[in-house]
Amino acid sequence: MTRTPLIVRLAPWLFTLGFLLIWEFAVRGFKIPEFFLPAPTIVAKAFYDFWPAIVRNSWITLQETLVGFGLAVGFGLLLGLAIGWSRTIYAGLYPLMVGFNAIPKVALVPILVLWFGIGFLPAVLTAFLISFFPIVVNVATGLATIEPEMEDVLKALGASKLDIMRKVGIPRSLPYFFGSLKIAITLAFVGTVISESIASNNGIGNLMLQAQAQFQVPLIFAGLVALAIEGIAMYGLMAMLEKRMTGWAQRSGFAQN
Amino acid sequence: MEQGFIALDGVSHRYGGQTAGPDNIVAVADLTLSVNRGEFAAVVGPSGCGKSTLMKLVTGLQFPYAGSVAVAGQKVTQPVKIAGMAFQAPTLLPWRTTLENLLLPLEIVQPHRSQLRRRKAEYVARAERLLASVGLDGFGDKFPWQLSGGMQQRTSLCRALIHEPQLLMLDEPFGALDAFTREELWCVIRDLHATRKITIVLVTHDLREAVFLADRVFVMSARPGRILAERKIELPRPRDLDVTFAPEFQAIVHDLRAHIVSARQ
Repeated sequence: MTRTPLIVRLAPWLFTLGFLLIWEFAVRGFKIPEFFLPAPTIVAKAFYDFWPAIVRNSWITLQETLVGFGLAVGFGLLLGLAIGWSRTIYAGLYPLMVGFNAIPKVALVPILVLWFGIGFLPAVLTAFLISFFPIVVNVATGLATIEPEMEDVLKALGASKLDIMRKVGIPRSLPYFFGSLKIAITLAFVGTVISESIASNNGIGNLMLQAQAQFQVPLIFAGLVALAIEGIAMYGLMAMLEKRMTGWAQRSGFAQN
Repeated sequence: MEQGFIALDGVSHRYGGQTAGPDNIVAVADLTLSVNRGEFAAVVGPSGCGKSTLMKLVTGLQFPYAGSVAVAGQKVTQPVKIAGMAFQAPTLLPWRTTLENLLLPLEIVQPHRSQLRRRKAEYVARAERLLASVGLDGFGDKFPWQLSGGMQQRTSLCRALIHEPQLLMLDEPFGALDAFTREELWCVIRDLHATRKITIVLVTHDLREAVFLADRVFVMSARPGRILAERKIELPRPRDLDVTFAPEFQAIVHDLRAHIVSARQ
């Protein structure tokens, strides 16, 4: 493994800094009013001024997201294995799942509110509903792409379906699974914030809605920044997990520079 | 030499159902073939002639709708556990090291499966000996993707042999290799056959390969596959690669080639 060149390691910071600088100068140069698009420095000030509220609500959003995501991982894994296991289950469930996935989850929030009231639970469930699909599809794909020759080798030795699943299928679908976690965690945040901005008194989604009602535009943006930070942190965590668990699947030297 | 270690008698097989129809492919029809214990048999034929079906019938992955298949005197009604298999693709598991890949069959097949924990050291030693015998000593810790194509195929052969099968079924195992590596592996197989005295069935479309390695070559017809011709290869063993340039070797290859040409028409 060669050491990553300095420029590549610095690139994320440099690009982000460049983005913020362009934003700052564009807002100042074109004299864009603060209530339309606040400059990054103004957003930073709002972030500082409303720090306690942002921290409290971010924590709530994070909790809701993680519980929903956890449910999605458990349920998605089970369903993915079931679909990969049996062609009948696959044929039966697939249209249902595709149809379900096509429903905009925002349309489900009112129903969830009807059942569970407002607050924590609908946010968790929206996060869950929006993020389980990619996990199911990826786990099932991993299982479906077992080489038939590999299956023959093991079957000829008297391997049961469970043996093949344990020795080949599950390890094989792990890279797909961990890959899908990165997508799922991002979607889970989307779900939580949707639900919070419709039916909650807490969370970043609600905070932004309140800020909008009071025309505190810098605070809206501060909320976005808080979400972005949480999103990046969780994505990073998932990427790290993926690398640790399935290093064998990532050896391509593509796009090294 | 025990006669009829593998015996196929009037075997017909079709995919996609038992009744004839436009969707059903008759893979082999009225196939009769017999391989003796310890013999090296090669099956050659045009592509799509049902060679792979033959593999599946013998190893008990498929069952014929007519005729009978017997291995080691027993009618094949379930997967034949005394067989090892290797294919054109090495099909190694990328998350396992070479050594762990070799041990995979022992985790499946009885009685090794239930003795795995107890006899682990012995099995590892066996795997290492096997690797050494194909020129891969010291590569046990490497992952398959760190090996060249030829080395992966050697590993695949070792995996087929780890549970000490009486029968080795090879389905175009050298098809994806370059010419030099392929000839190298011919010698590996030749030596394995000589030292282990196992029965080998090699399915290939390379006539030189078949003639160099086999005691007997079967020529299959185009689909539905039947045995068109059977030819004993009486070249003395041990055979050296130089024999492939000898006139009598060439004559056999030409003769078989004529059969294949007629089979394609």
